Parts: sequence; C-alpha cells; structure tokens
Amino acid sequence: METTYSSLPLLILISPLIGFFINGVVYPLKLKGFAKTDPNTAGGTATFFIGLSFIMACIAFSKLAGGGDNPSLTSYCFEWFNFGGLNIPFELRIDKLSGTLVMIITGIGTLIHMYSTSYMHDEECVGRYFSYLNLFCFNMLLLVMGNNLPLLFFGWEGVGLCSYLLIGFWYTDTEKANAGKKAFVVNRVGDLGFLVGMFLLFRELGTLNLPEINTLLANPEVVTRILPSVTLICLSLFVGATGKSAQIPLYVWLPDAMSGPTPVSALIHAATMVTAGVYMIARLNPLFELSPIALSVIAHTGAVTALFAGSIAIAQTDIKKVLAYSTVSQLGFMFLACGVGAYQTAVFHLMTHAFFKALLFLGSGSVIHACSGEQDMTKMGGLKKYLPHTHITMLIGSLAISGIPFFSGFFSKDEILYSTIALPNGVSYLFIIGVLTAMLTAFYTGRMMSLTFYGSERLSHDVKHHLHESPALMTFPLYVLAGLAAFGGFLGVPHLLGNFMGHMPHFLSHWLSPLVPAKELPLVAVKLPLHEGVVMAGSSVIAVVSFFAGIAVFKKIQFISDAFKGLAPLQKLLSNKYFIDEIYSVIVVGPIKKISVFSGEFIDKYIVDGAVNGLGRGIRSLGGTFRALQTGDIQSYGLLMLGGVLLAVLFIFKALV
Amino acid sequence: MTNDVLIQLLAAFLFTVGMLVVLLRRDTIMVLMGIELLLNAANISLVAFSKSGGMIDGQLQVFFIITVAAAESAIGLSILVNLYRNFGSIQTQSATTLKG
Repeated sequence: METTYSSLPLLILISPLIGFFINGVVYPLKLKGFAKTDPNTAGGTATFFIGLSFIMACIAFSKLAGGGDNPSLTSYCFEWFNFGGLNIPFELRIDKLSGTLVMIITGIGTLIHMYSTSYMHDEECVGRYFSYLNLFCFNMLLLVMGNNLPLLFFGWEGVGLCSYLLIGFWYTDTEKANAGKKAFVVNRVGDLGFLVGMFLLFRELGTLNLPEINTLLANPEVVTRILPSVTLICLSLFVGATGKSAQIPLYVWLPDAMSGPTPVSALIHAATMVTAGVYMIARLNPLFELSPIALSVIAHTGAVTALFAGSIAIAQTDIKKVLAYSTVSQLGFMFLACGVGAYQTAVFHLMTHAFFKALLFLGSGSVIHACSGEQDMTKMGGLKKYLPHTHITMLIGSLAISGIPFFSGFFSKDEILYSTIALPNGVSYLFIIGVLTAMLTAFYTGRMMSLTFYGSERLSHDVKHHLHESPALMTFPLYVLAGLAAFGGFLGVPHLLGNFMGHMPHFLSHWLSPLVPAKELPLVAVKLPLHEGVVMAGSSVIAVVSFFAGIAVFKKIQFISDAFKGLAPLQKLLSNKYFIDEIYSVIVVGPIKKISVFSGEFIDKYIVDGAVNGLGRGIRSLGGTFRALQTGDIQSYGLLMLGGVLLAVLFIFKALV
Repeated sequence: MTNDVLIQLLAAFLFTVGMLVVLLRRDTIMVLMGIELLLNAANISLVAFSKSGGMIDGQLQVFFIITVAAAESAIGLSILVNLYRNFGSIQTQSATTLKG
C-alpha cells in the first residue's frame, strides 16, 4: 500500500466549507440579513466552491489512477484527541473507494448546485439554502474521506444535520418542519447502533483507524480472538446503516423527507447521504466477512425492503413519493448485494443509482417547476410535448433504473441478481425477491412516465397556462446526468458480455479490488442451476416487458384498481403505505408519548420537584429549630462563649496531659 | 500554701467575680466594669507569675493589657452612649434587635 501525503484531500474538503462560510456568514453580515442575498450570487458562489472541489477531486483521481497497486492520498491535519489508548488523528484519505465516492459527491453535487441556482431562483432566503447545501457537501466529503470511524461518524452526523435543515427549509409550513424532525429523530435511533458498534469495535481491536482495522483483521490470531463478538459489532453498525440508508425498520423518514426542495432530494436523499450505510459496509468489508449471520440479516433486510418499498411505489400519486420509495427499494438492492458478499457490486449499484436517481429527481423537479409546484401525477399527463428536454432525459433515467439492456442500471442490477445465486452466501429465494422487485421497479417507473408525460392531459387551466420548459441551467445538468445514466454502466461490464465487446474488462472491479476484494462469479450459479446468460436475458425481458406494460397500462388509467375492481383493497393498502406510519404511531410513538407525559406529570412533578422542595422544606424547619439559639441577648451569647472556651481549654488540657 | 498560690487564687477569684458580673448584671455599665475586673484579674496573675518565674515577659504583657483596657473602655462607653440614644435605656435586654 503506498501512502502519499498530500494537501489535496484537505483542500477538497475545505472548499465547500468556505462556500458555506461566505453564503452563511459573510453575505448576511455585509447585507444585514439572510434574505437579501441575490439568488444568482448565492448560487454562483456555492457552485463555484463545490466545482472547485470537483476539479481538485479530478486531479486527485488522476493521481490515483497513475499510482501503483493500492495508492492513496492522505492529509494528516492534526491530532484530534488522544487518551486511554484511543488515538484519533484528523486525517483525510482518498483511496480508490473513497475517491470514487468523492467523484460522485462533488460531480453530482456541482450539477445539483447549478440546477438549484435556477430552481430556487424565486425562493426567499436562497443564501441560507446554498449555505446548507455547501455544508452538506463538506460533511459528506468528511464522511467519505475520514480515515477513522469517529471522523466518519462526525460526517455521518453532519449530513444528518444538513438533511434536517434542508428538509425543513420551508420551516413555516409545520408539516415540512415536522418531516425534518422525523428524519432527525429516526436517524438518532440508528446512530445509537452505530455508536455502540464503534465502542465494541474499539474494545475488541483497540483502534478505530480504518487502515489499522483492516491490517488487524488480516491477522488470523486477532480474528479468532474477536470472532465471538463480531456478529454483535456488525449488527450494531448495520442498525446505524438502516437509519441513514432508510432500510426496514427505520426507512419511514425518507418518504417524508420529500417535503424538502427537490434538488435536495436528488443530492441528499438519492445520490449521496442515503448511500452512506452502503459505503460504510463496503469500507469495513473484512469485518462483515467474518460474520455470516450479520451478512444474512443484511441480505434479508435489503431484499425485504426492496420488495416492500417497490410495491408501495406502485400506488403513490405524488411523483416525488414514487421516487422516494424507489430509492428505498434500490438501497435495499445495495444491501442485498452487501449481504451476499458482493460489496463491489453494491458500490457499482450505488454509483449507477446516484446517476439515474439524481437524474430522475432533477427531472421530476423540472416537471414540478413547470407545473407551478404541482406534484400529483394524476393532475399531469401529456407533458411530453411541452417539456421535450425533461422528457427525453427522464426517459433515459427511467430506462436505466428499469434495467433495460445496456443502460447503466441493467449492468449493476443484473450483477446483484446474479450474485445472489452465484456467491456462496447467496440464497435462492432472495434471488426470486430480487427479480420480483426488478419487475416492480420497471413497472412503477413505466407508470410514473406514463402518468407524467404520456396519456391524456389532466392539467388544470392555470397550470397549463404557465407551463414552460425549464431554462438551460436546469436542463444542462439533466443532459449530463442522462449521459452518465446511459453509459455509466459500461464501467462494469460483466465478463460474459465483455468478451463480445472486444474483451472489455470490468473497470470498476479492477479499480476497487485492492480495497474491496473481487469475488469470482461462476458462469453457472451455485444456488440455482442457471447460466449467467440466462439470468441476464431473463431479467432483460422482464424489465422491458414490465416497463412498457407500465407505460401502456397507465395511459388511460391512474391506478391498477381502475381496471381491476377486485384489486381496490390492495390499492388502498399500498397507497396508505401498508399503514406503517399508523402502526408506528400506535406501537412506538404512542407509548413514548405516554411515557413522556407520565415523566412530565408524575415523575417530574412529584419525584424530582418533590425532592427539591422537600430538601428546602427540611432545611427550613431545621433552621426553625435552631433559631431559638439566636436570642439577641448579648449575655446569653457570652455564656455560650464561656462554655465554648471552657470546652476548648479542657480539650487542650487533656491533650497535653 | 505559699504566697504564689494565694495570689493566683486571688486572681482566679477576681476573674470569677468579673465573669459573673458580665454574665448576670443587666446594666451595661456594670458589664463594662466586670470586663475591667476580668482584665485586671489577668494582670495580677501575669505579674505574679513574672515575679516568681524571674522573667520580665509577664510584666511587659500587663502594660499592653492596660493600654488595651483603656481603649476598650473608651469604645465601650461610646457604644453605651449610642445604646442609650437608640433604645432609650442601657439595660442589655433592651438591645435584642438580632433576635432570630
């Protein structure tokens, strides 16, 4: 492993922080108020600093590509804290894994900042928005580049904070402010798991620095020693991942998080922050490899979440909610990949998902923008001819997410599906769930496209009057992302196809293999007797058929139950999200509220206040007893004094004799 | 019983009388006089010890005590005057403002 010391990682990290400082402090001080910053200035500043970060990330990336076997760029800044054998330096590191993530964060981040400049143009307090967005990028980069778990956790919390701030950006709307709070509180639950995992890991290994952890885990003696507790550690860390990456049971905050501005959903709740859990698992893959139980839990959680969220997405009417559930579902796919041991594939899907989901969110933002803030797809329809650019880019994104052959999603999703039966940790029924989810994904994406762009126009008169294609500042990022969503998959062409394309290698696999070991996929799966080609062809057919079925079916109708009356109860169940929010509010929120009320009304009033008041009263009555001594009569004081002196003399006399 | 012991007994007697006067008499002037008795009882004791011990320290100490006693009675009497002005009486039980 070659480590090169360089200031590049630090500069990449600091750049958005400077942007945050300028938009958050300098402009408001200069103009005496947050609301007074000119939208173009604020957006331009923010975009400039994240763009600067991106350029430096490109330089760092090219250095990595030129470097040897497992190159890395490290910035050692200072010793953060050091006590009790725990030495945590503030150290940033770009290696092949974090470098890939840094490219995604800064690259997509720049596009989204650019898009936001136009999208948020007419909002108030744009300066606040852009300062939060820059701060988010800073924290996300810290999460990815931090070379030890506490630093990673710092970024982890920081992105949570920015997510909260941005979801509740329009805080005057109580519902939106509550959505922010919900996200924050649900994430706290997960963070507790992460912390516990970190503590346990420190107890077992005595270090939290990532390279040291990986070195220690390469030692068989250490592995035997920590083996009994490794499952607990992995599961605790995974609890943290379920919170941040919206998996069952902690996924509930993500759909609500859609009340934030749409570019925020694209950046935070699709492309970057929510994939932090996947990154963490991929980063600690030698640890997770030691616990087959934890891996199995991860795979099952991922698969169930994928199917569950995918089915909810079918019945939603809000375009952003469809995408939100789709994100939860795709994250489930990534965890499924992690769980069967295909960490590389998880990172691959993370990357392609970042491309096409950011694209879809930005596209939906463009649609919402065009429809004067309308998000309900049942009130859209036929927008294709009004929004040609948005339509074509979103179509590419949809084809990619559906897994239509040769778009990016096809490669990554197919690799995940095949891994679930081809790897030793795989389970055949998880493959079935995966295929079902893939089918659902194509279907609901087709439905979303159909309801939005095709079919009959259901626009209200006012909306139609204001209908307009978005400006170039918004369509440019769409086209860039569309290019990535269309061709990004060629970074990970499977060997089977690569042989037909002039021996095209699996670039990403080669790139990541020093950090995330590649696992050889046999040509014929071990868990089910299927050839890789059969799986690929089968899933392609399923994707194409479901996608076009989705488009065709929903040209006339908006819900499946419109055509098949028998499915109405199912429709009701799905559109109400399996009543999970209601169930949670009964079994979790309700009791906690009751406990709070009990604490406030009884424990606080009678036990805490009682103790304090009782102490006061006790002291007072004691004083009442002793006040009788204070007669005010000088001669009784004199008598007491005499007594005291006599006692003292007696005491001294005794001591001397 | 030697003279030394007798003179110490005299000092102890005077001290006891002074103490009783200070603690029992209600008249502030009498209290002040009691204090004088206390101080002079101590003086007698010191002088006697000084004589029998053959050292000058005790007698020297007595000069200090006489000086302090003079200052004390000056302050004591002025307090007494103020006591009378404020309470209209010089009885000790009239000044009980500090009663708890």
